[in-house]
Amino acid sequence: MTTDRAAIVVKGLRIVVEGSGLDIVNDVSFSIAPGEVLGLVGESGSGKTTVGLALLGHSRRGAQIKSGSVRIGDVEVLELEEHDRQRLRGRLISYVPQDPASALNPALRIGTQLREVLEAHNFGKSAAERRARVAEMMREVALPDEAAFLRKYPHELSGGQQQRIGLAIAFACRPRVIVLDEPTTGLDVTTQAHVLDTVRNLATAHGVAALYVSHDLAVVGTLATRVAVMYAGRIIELGPSANLFQASSHPYTQRLIVAIPHLTGGRELVGIPGHAPSPGRRPSGCAFEPRCTYAIAQCREAVPALRPIADLHDVRCIRAEEVRGHGPTRSEEIPRGGIESVQSVLTLRSVHAGYRGRTVLHDITLDIAPQECLALVGESGSGKTTLARSIAGLHSDRWGEIAYKGTALANVARARPREIRRSIQYVFQNPYGSLNPRRTIRQIISQPLEVFGHVRQDQVDRRVAEMLERVSLTASYANRFPDQLSGGERQRVAIARALICEPSVLICDEVTSALDVSVQAAIVELLHSLQRDLGLAMLFVTHNLPLVRSIAQRVAVMSHGRIVELGGVAQILESPKDEYTSRLLSDTPSLELALETAVS
Amino acid sequence: MPGALFGTDHIGQDVWSRFLSGGFTILSLAAIATALGLILGIAVGLVAAYSRNFLDDVLMRIMDVILAFPQIMLALVAIATVGPNPLTIILAVGLTTMPRVARVTRGASQPVVERDFVAAAEAIGVPRYRILLSEIFPNILSPLLVEASLRLTYAIGVIAALAFLGFTAHPGAADWGLMIQENYIALTVQPWGVILPVAAIALLTISTGLIGDGIARASAGIDRTRGAG
Repeated sequence: MTTDRAAIVVKGLRIVVEGSGLDIVNDVSFSIAPGEVLGLVGESGSGKTTVGLALLGHSRRGAQIKSGSVRIGDVEVLELEEHDRQRLRGRLISYVPQDPASALNPALRIGTQLREVLEAHNFGKSAAERRARVAEMMREVALPDEAAFLRKYPHELSGGQQQRIGLAIAFACRPRVIVLDEPTTGLDVTTQAHVLDTVRNLATAHGVAALYVSHDLAVVGTLATRVAVMYAGRIIELGPSANLFQASSHPYTQRLIVAIPHLTGGRELVGIPGHAPSPGRRPSGCAFEPRCTYAIAQCREAVPALRPIADLHDVRCIRAEEVRGHGPTRSEEIPRGGIESVQSVLTLRSVHAGYRGRTVLHDITLDIAPQECLALVGESGSGKTTLARSIAGLHSDRWGEIAYKGTALANVARARPREIRRSIQYVFQNPYGSLNPRRTIRQIISQPLEVFGHVRQDQVDRRVAEMLERVSLTASYANRFPDQLSGGERQRVAIARALICEPSVLICDEVTSALDVSVQAAIVELLHSLQRDLGLAMLFVTHNLPLVRSIAQRVAVMSHGRIVELGGVAQILESPKDEYTSRLLSDTPSLELALETAVS
Repeated sequence: MPGALFGTDHIGQDVWSRFLSGGFTILSLAAIATALGLILGIAVGLVAAYSRNFLDDVLMRIMDVILAFPQIMLALVAIATVGPNPLTIILAVGLTTMPRVARVTRGASQPVVERDFVAAAEAIGVPRYRILLSEIFPNILSPLLVEASLRLTYAIGVIAALAFLGFTAHPGAADWGLMIQENYIALTVQPWGVILPVAAIALLTISTGLIGDGIARASAGIDRTRGAG
């Protein structure tokens, strides 16, 4: 790619924390050709969103664009006055935010919002022309263009439709560059697949250069032609998708790839120990050095330069050749023994559940054997969380029998015997919500001990320390508050709180969906070892099909409150019998699939 | 008159000394009444928010009924019936403060009740009162601190107004509200008897308000909810 025909050229971008001058982003350079999609991948805190916003000349509160250049055609974005930049946005470069629900004005009809963009940029000469453009935009994003639909309010649309309106607004004035900031996070795989298709078609059809910011390597792999991987504010590897995934040459990229669950072949996920350094704590040498298995003394001396290792493929590692030659170390496939037919620890017999007068669970019959991990898979609204909460006694509007070792369970946890409350533990989806922000980690973890009283008072501190170690944290965490912990650490604390009860059934409700892939891998690794060592039965609720491969023995697929398919992991993921399961599988972005299509 | 800095009133009492001592009654009564209103209001609000059923409706409708009457009216009726003594004033002001605190508490608690850590406590069977006190209450402290200072401001105003209307804890004792009432007829002759207590009440209410403002700003970060999302 030559610089002169690129739609946007970014050079030496440096963004700092206002006041302190600490780097958030440093030395970021790339260019995107018209019609090309560049994927910008990184975990939370890597600075990817900051870079995305900087392309529009915008920085979030507290951040300041210090130096560098962002050039779109003849326009140098960073040198313009804010007033001129505002006119630029939407016309020359536009932005699709992560959460469409909060980006659209809930008080305005969507037609009004679409016309507003055109009017703001004086696009089209007359009202009729603008109306025609609105209709055209709607067709481009595969939404109905009739007046009745345009008169709807954002809340009347589904998440996928809202995001498509976001795309329509972004593409409205035919910009040359578009920045998409994780636009499919929070959407179901099927919806995500449609939105990704729309993005790809629009970008190629209109020759728009797109920067696709995401934490999801698989999504980026299916969509982007080239990928840039960010770590601690710098691009550490940049190259065509196929090269990057097949011949990744930076240790971090390789570790990321290994951390991603794969649809084919259940491998143990390998997380990356430690966490990414925050601005101000970054080492003077290579930022990944403390976590890198290839690290040598020389790595600490200076930040390695981004240098070409192959055609169009740049990498920021002094040992890239060795790393490239070595390839990512994949772990062995998980051996799967058959499950012996023993008395199941949890039995569900024609369980129904209602929510606000509607029946959301229909006739669920399930058995979970001791030491078995059963995955419950489904899209949002399929009822999987309701089912998990019913078992835990957190959803009271339920009928049909749920029994633990033969004893029928009351609907509400409070009405269950203490022994059963202790034996069935629940880990919540969002570690930011499941820990009381006003209590210390010690208070949080020891809370069950107060309730069940099965540990003597003077033993409490020792038990808390033990549990913290069990989940790979240290005893020093006990005096901290949840807000001093990262998302992965919080989820470990939540797991520790469940483990201190010495449960025999652990219900995990989407426990990794709020976490980065490398953290997700580490949590799954932890749960897997706990399940094996403690002989826990586990109900693992997730929407992430590839993840199931790495942890579960059996899968139950849910759709519209019913179990549509139930069977062994290999059988369901390789030869699904139900139509819904096959659709779910084909819509799931997978790295292997991305590689196959990239090669052909 | 020598020795009397701000002169004397119509029956020869030293205005300065009466002014200095008059603040004690109003401050202590207002503080106790507010505390009473806060305790009752917080209890009602927490129970209502956590119950999420008919109890919530019943409690809040009762609060609405009390709220429908102006605070000073209810206090007047109570005091006119029972007679003005410190206990009646505290009860009257405290009980009329309760529904306002209850509404704020319930409003602040509602989002907290839905958080997962409350469900986590329920799942292991933590007693209800413990959930209210150690899970929910600490998370609504900052709005409550602001509310407390606001309610104190109102309590000072109501108690001063009651005194002005002649309903004091100790008739004849020094009291800012009473001082204004006794001295306003002689305003042109001896202005200090009015100016001093008026300025004191104004200063007290304004500063209580400012303290509340300060608390609101200082407590913006104490929720420890960074990154909650």
